Amino acid sequence: MNMRMNDTAFLKKADMVARLLEKLPRASVLFEPEDLRPWECDGLAAYRMVPGVVALPADEDEVRHVLQVARALKVPVVARGAGTGLSGGAYPLADGVLLSLAKMKKILSVDPASRTARVQPGVRNLAISEAAAPYGLYYAPDPSSQIACTIGGNVAENAGGVHCLKYGLTVNNVLRVRGFTIEGEPLEFGSEALDAPGFDLLALVTGSEGMLAVTTEVTVKLVPKPELARVIMASFADLEKAGDAVAAVIAAGIIPAGLEMMDQPATRAVEEFVHAGYDLDAAAILLCESDGTPEEVEEEIGRMTEVLNRAGATAIRVSESEAERLKFWSGRKAAFPAVGRISPDYYCMDGTIPRKRLGEVLQFIGEMEKKYGLRCPNVFHAGDGNLHPLILFDGNDPGELHRTEQFASEVLQKCIEVGGTITGEHGVGIEKINEMCVQFSPEELETFRRVKRAFDPEELLNPGKNIPTLHRCAEFGRMHVKRGQVPHPELPRF
Amino acid sequence: MTDAIARFADTLRAAASAGTPLRIRGGGTKDFYGRAPAGQVLDTRAYSGIVDYDPTELYVTVRAGTPLAELENALSAQGQWLAFEPPHFAAGGTVGGAIASGLAGPRRQAAGGVRDFVLGVRILDGRGDDLFFGGQVMKNVAGYDVSRLMAGAMGTLGLILEATLKVLPRPAAEATLRLEMPEARALEMLNQWGGKPLPVSASAWRGGELGIRLSGAVAAVKSAREKIGGDEVGASQAASFWTGVRDHADPFFAGDEPLWRISVPSTAPALGLQGEQLVEWGGALRWLRTRADARSVREAAAKAGGHATLFRGGDRSASVFHPLSAPLAKIHRELKAQFDPAGILNRGRMYPEF
Ligand SMILES: Cc1cc2nc3c(=O)[nH]c(=O)nc-3n(C[C@H](O)[C@H](O)[C@H](O)COP(=O)(O)OP(=O)(O)OC[C@H]3O[C@@H](n4cnc5c(N)ncnc54)[C@H](O)[C@@H]3O)c2cc1C
Repeated sequence: MNMRMNDTAFLKKADMVARLLEKLPRASVLFEPEDLRPWECDGLAAYRMVPGVVALPADEDEVRHVLQVARALKVPVVARGAGTGLSGGAYPLADGVLLSLAKMKKILSVDPASRTARVQPGVRNLAISEAAAPYGLYYAPDPSSQIACTIGGNVAENAGGVHCLKYGLTVNNVLRVRGFTIEGEPLEFGSEALDAPGFDLLALVTGSEGMLAVTTEVTVKLVPKPELARVIMASFADLEKAGDAVAAVIAAGIIPAGLEMMDQPATRAVEEFVHAGYDLDAAAILLCESDGTPEEVEEEIGRMTEVLNRAGATAIRVSESEAERLKFWSGRKAAFPAVGRISPDYYCMDGTIPRKRLGEVLQFIGEMEKKYGLRCPNVFHAGDGNLHPLILFDGNDPGELHRTEQFASEVLQKCIEVGGTITGEHGVGIEKINEMCVQFSPEELETFRRVKRAFDPEELLNPGKNIPTLHRCAEFGRMHVKRGQVPHPELPRF
Repeated sequence: MTDAIARFADTLRAAASAGTPLRIRGGGTKDFYGRAPAGQVLDTRAYSGIVDYDPTELYVTVRAGTPLAELENALSAQGQWLAFEPPHFAAGGTVGGAIASGLAGPRRQAAGGVRDFVLGVRILDGRGDDLFFGGQVMKNVAGYDVSRLMAGAMGTLGLILEATLKVLPRPAAEATLRLEMPEARALEMLNQWGGKPLPVSASAWRGGELGIRLSGAVAAVKSAREKIGGDEVGASQAASFWTGVRDHADPFFAGDEPLWRISVPSTAPALGLQGEQLVEWGGALRWLRTRADARSVREAAAKAGGHATLFRGGDRSASVFHPLSAPLAKIHRELKAQFDPAGILNRGRMYPEF
């Protein structure tokens, strides 16, 4: 990457910095190369770009100022929370401002009566539950990155977690988002009531990857902590059986508080790292949680055990204490870093499929491992059909990164082919922008661009992410696959 | 069935080029809702039937013209349902109308609203383009969430052709309790119970009487019944009570005074407006029958942090839905212009300016 700027770019940057400093203190505007370097990527670390300027506003007035200056100078703005995003949503632009919300991290209020918390965007996901804990309440969506990721980033990605099957995603747990469009006008999407007049813009903004508005305040719903939670760890001799067991639990009318699967390569990697007590001989394990009153949990654990046994579980263990429950979960929650230890690099994928196609998709992934000569352990939000294959590679070998990306792209296209989607919770960002051309028709992509224009006609908020141009799709050269139907089904596949 | 879509698309294209307003209509059970409907009727019932239902995947894909009752029967046969408990108001309502109106019933407080159950849609936009958004899976963040945007948009952004909805198993047990207490006390108790892990699935207070419905595992319902107290209502009486609240067949809704739907934070104190009230959703929904002028109702709702809709009766040529702030109104107009540039879809049904 050529880092030398031409003269006009340099002058524009100097102008930008000067105008930002009219309102922001010196320490809140970074522009020296050594200060910018730490901001060059998010969790998709294979892609790096040093931002033009980093602004760290401390309140809404400063956010508004940054946006107004950017708009006046026609400089693009990329919002950033904690930078844990895995799809390059917060990947900076060399000629843009990276707007970090990290300084806005106050919990403004926790109201036990209405069971809501009002927080600034830079508040960490887990900090909300910690603040609510004294009232017996918590914030339900629990991404594995919850100790680090921010609520602003969660809203932008519609983040999920292992308890989303029963408690919903970010979109189901946020009441109101306050934010600014690029025009610097404050807006409120949703309300502190259960609905708001007009279109459901709260839903539209959730998951919009910072492309429609910059979030400056969020009101979340808090839910009462269940009196008790227990988790079953069930072992299976093959993946297909484990997949069928998931369907059997749901068919029995049970919605577990969590329903996760890990295959053997994943459990082995994890066990070495956290000693969660997993069954390392099993081809796959399921973690199946029940929560509620003690009577309710007992009843449900009994029913779940019965269903899992009938579905061919080779061993079943039920957590006997809160410490043991957390231990069983610790492995699942640490799956990514654990895999990170057994390989120089790993690439975390995120597709969702109909659960009944699990066996087929896992088999396909197995074939891809052979085709590309790369290993790929799997962790899986089984209850939601959300897959996280982790492709292991060595970034120092440029050929491996390229093969990894091809591997990933084939798997994503498989997800579309079986009627699923290229991203369940990590977003499109820059990572999956090509595959958007496969999932959506040109008219559908145009609709997304129209939505974007309704909020941001000059395309200054996080441009180049999420929604590909038609030109880009033409270059990628893959056809749109219509709703799980393969183009030309009459032709043999290979 | 694809013929029906082709005909809809032709109708839309012709209307767009002639500038003819279209009035999208299913069973007409919600003709009373929103600003007075106008335009040439486009009947969605030509496109009806369940496309795909897989109980173990927890979703159903259904054509918009399908009668709501038909869908509910099919789900019920598998021990499942639409957990947002959509109101029917009258016989013959369609799934498309339930989604477009975005109205949820008593179970909203526990289960979520219509938008929380919409996983995907197939629509025709105002140009007649056939578009799919979302899908048949629980988690999907590819592109903007256009599917949920359709819930409650009153058909002003597109003609819903099909929708995929999340479905859930019916709870194993239910019980309804009846307690006597004044409004302020009821609001306090509802919010207190809401903060505890109790399986409260609906609540309705009117005239000093509070009905509480519990739904969940047998053991959970039993222990909650003891914690809440009151008298248990017989199962069939309870069922007809909740249906009455859901469909506005309850005596509270009879009469011809305008009916307001006031949505506020559940902890908002009694609004103190003149007229009769029915309080639902743990305090978050206040139905009000009053002849009080629109301004005072709207002001009271806004002051409480909520909004007010003139739900039934009153002057339907004026504004029915709560006015939007200027920047929000601008985004609404822009979105409308993007989805329906000729302004033909349910023009004026939601807000006078589009
Ligand atoms: C180890 C690991 C585990 C993970 N596990 C999960 C998981 O279980 N579930 C899950 O869903 N995700 C998971 N993630 C992904 C990531 O943590 C989430 O996407 C998270 O929501 C990102 O939050 P962030 O604050 O880091 O946002 P960032 O990465 O900083 O930004 C993400 C996107 O949000 C936008 N954005 C951030 N803040 C704002 C704002 N205030 N206003 C507007 N736009 C904004 C950015 O522009 C960008 O597009 C994981 C990541 C890691 C590294």
